[in-house]
Amino acid sequence: MIRFLVNRLLGMAVVLFLVCLFTYVIFFVLSPDPAVQICGKNCTPEAIDQLRANLGLDRPFWAQFWTFLTGLFAGRTYGTGANAIECAAPCLGYSFQTSQPVTDMILQRLPVSATVAIGAAVLWLLAGVSAGLLSAVKEGKFADRFITGLTLTGMSIPNYVLALSLQFLLVVTLGWLPFPQAVPFSEDPAQWFANFLMPWIVLSIGAAAVYTRLTRANVIETLQENYVRTARAKGLSPGLVWRRHALRPALTPIVTIFGMDFAGLLGGALITETVFGLNGVGKLAADSITKNDQPVIMGVTLLAAFLVVVGNMVVDLLYTAIDPRVRVGSAT
Amino acid sequence: MSTATRDEQPLLRVRDLTVGFTTAAGETNVVKHLDFDLARGGALGIVGESGSGKSMTSLAVMGLLPKGAKRTGSIELDGTELTTLRERQMQAVRGDRIAMVFQDPLSSLNPYYTVGTQIMEAYRSHRTGVTRRAARKIAIEAMERVHIKDAARRVDHYPHQFSGGMRQRVMIAMTLSMEPDLIIADEPTTALDVTVQAQILDLLAEIRRDTGAGLILITHDLAVVSEVADHIVVMRDGDLVEQGPAERIFCDPQADYTRMLLDAVPRIDDEIGLLRTTSTEETR
Repeated sequence: MIRFLVNRLLGMAVVLFLVCLFTYVIFFVLSPDPAVQICGKNCTPEAIDQLRANLGLDRPFWAQFWTFLTGLFAGRTYGTGANAIECAAPCLGYSFQTSQPVTDMILQRLPVSATVAIGAAVLWLLAGVSAGLLSAVKEGKFADRFITGLTLTGMSIPNYVLALSLQFLLVVTLGWLPFPQAVPFSEDPAQWFANFLMPWIVLSIGAAAVYTRLTRANVIETLQENYVRTARAKGLSPGLVWRRHALRPALTPIVTIFGMDFAGLLGGALITETVFGLNGVGKLAADSITKNDQPVIMGVTLLAAFLVVVGNMVVDLLYTAIDPRVRVGSAT
Repeated sequence: MSTATRDEQPLLRVRDLTVGFTTAAGETNVVKHLDFDLARGGALGIVGESGSGKSMTSLAVMGLLPKGAKRTGSIELDGTELTTLRERQMQAVRGDRIAMVFQDPLSSLNPYYTVGTQIMEAYRSHRTGVTRRAARKIAIEAMERVHIKDAARRVDHYPHQFSGGMRQRVMIAMTLSMEPDLIIADEPTTALDVTVQAQILDLLAEIRRDTGAGLILITHDLAVVSEVADHIVVMRDGDLVEQGPAERIFCDPQADYTRMLLDAVPRIDDEIGLLRTTSTEETR
C-alpha cells in the first residue's frame, strides 16, 4: 500500500514536471518576445534590454526554467536593487496586462469555477446515474429508447448553443430567471442561485448524457455476470441482488470518470463561463488568450494540469478503497 | 424418513419438462419432454455435449432461466410443484432447499465481497433474526467442512485471494451452510485442473454421504459422473437419449449415442486410433 502510494506520488511529480516544461517551452520560447509586448509601442532597445534583464529572459533557457520552477516552490525576485519585486511562492509571474500576480488572479477566480463545477457535477451525477439505471431496468422498452434518444441529443448539442438558447428562453422570453448579476451568496441567495442555475444545467447536460450511457451499459453488463446469477441462486431478494451484487460493481467505473471530469471542470469552463459572464478561471483563460497575456495563460494551463493529475491520484486512492482486488494482493 | 409414502416419493420428480425460446426464426426447444426422478439422497448425473440442454434443465429446476425462456411441464420437489410457485416463494426454495454450484468459481463469486460475507448473506436472507456473529460462525463451520484450512482467518479473504479449487470449495461451502435437500452442480470441475477435479468430486461425494442431500451433477465428462452418480441421464439436442442406473449405462448402453460417448473417453489400455467424434450421420 505504501509502495503503491509512493509510486503514484512519484509518477505524479514526473507528469507535473513534464507539463511545466512543455508549457514553459510553448509560452516563453516559441511565443513572441514578452519584453517587446510589455514595453509597448514607444519603446527603445535599451528599455527592452532592461525588461529582458528584469524578467531574466537574457539567461539561457534551462536557467530560466529553473528559476521558474523554484519560483513555484520558493518564490522568486524580479529585478535587482531598488527595483526588485518579491514574488511569493507559488509564483507564476505577473500579468503583462494588469501587472497583478498571476497566482492572486487565479485564486480570486477559483471559487467561482469551483461553484460552477460542484453544482454541475451534482446535477450530472444525479441525472446521469438515475437515468442510466432507469434505462437499464427498462432495457429495450420505451423508456430506455426515449432516454437513449435524449442522451444522443444531449451529447450532440454544443455548449454555447445550449447556453445561448437557455438564456434566450429562460431569461428573455419566459422571464423565469432574472438577468444575471454578480452577487455573493451571503447577500442574496436566491439571485446567487439563479445566476448559477443556467451554467450548471449547460455544463451538466453533455456529461449527464455520457454518464447515462455509461451507467446503463455497466448495469446491463453486470447483470449478465455469473456472480449475479449466484446471488439469485442463493435465493436473495431481487432488491438485495440489485443493491449488493449489481450496483456496486456497475457504479465503480463511474468513480474513475467522475474524478477526471470534475477535476477538469475545476480548472475552468472556458465557453460556459464566457457566455454567462462568470468571472471564473475559464473566463480568465479566455481573456488572457485574446490579450496574449502569457504568464496568465501558462498559470491557468498549469492549474488545469495540476488539478487533473491530482484528480487522477484521488481516483486511484478511492479505487483502492472500493475495489478489494486492487487493495489486497492475490492468492496467498 | 417417517412414512412409507415419503420414502416412495422421489426427492425430485421431473415430468415432460420442456424449455423453449422464441427467436426470429420461430420457436426452438432446448429441452424436450424430459422425464426423470431423483431418489432421496441419490446422485443423478446428467450427461451430454454442449448445447444438449443439460444446463437449461438445471436452470429450469432453479427457476433461473434467462429472460424470454418458456418452461412447461412439471417439477416436483418433495411433492411440491415448483413450476406454479410465485417468484417470492421460489426465492425461499432457492439456496435454502435447492442449492447450486456453478462451473467457473471465480466469476461466480462477487469480487467485491469477502467469501465470508457471501456465505453469510445466503444464510441470513433465509433465516430471519440471525446475528452477524452467529452467521459468521456458520460460515466458518461451512468452510471447515469443505476442508479449507485456517477458515477463521480465510473467512475474511476475497475470492481473488483463493486458488481455483479453493474457490470451488467456497462455492460448495456456500450451499452447505443452508443444508439443502438438493445440490445441483453444473460442471463443477470443468474449470479446474485434473488433480483438483478429483478433490472436488470427493468432496461432493463426502457431503452427500454426510448430509443425505440429493445431488444432480451436470457434466459433459463421463469420467466425472462415473465417480459420483448412481443414476445417469444422457441428453442430446434437448432430447432424453437414455437413462438408467450408472452401472447399466456404463456396461450395457442401449443407445448408439451413449456408446459413442463412452468410446470417446480415453482409456489407458486403448489402442491408439483416430479420435472419434459424435457426428450426426453415425448416430441417426
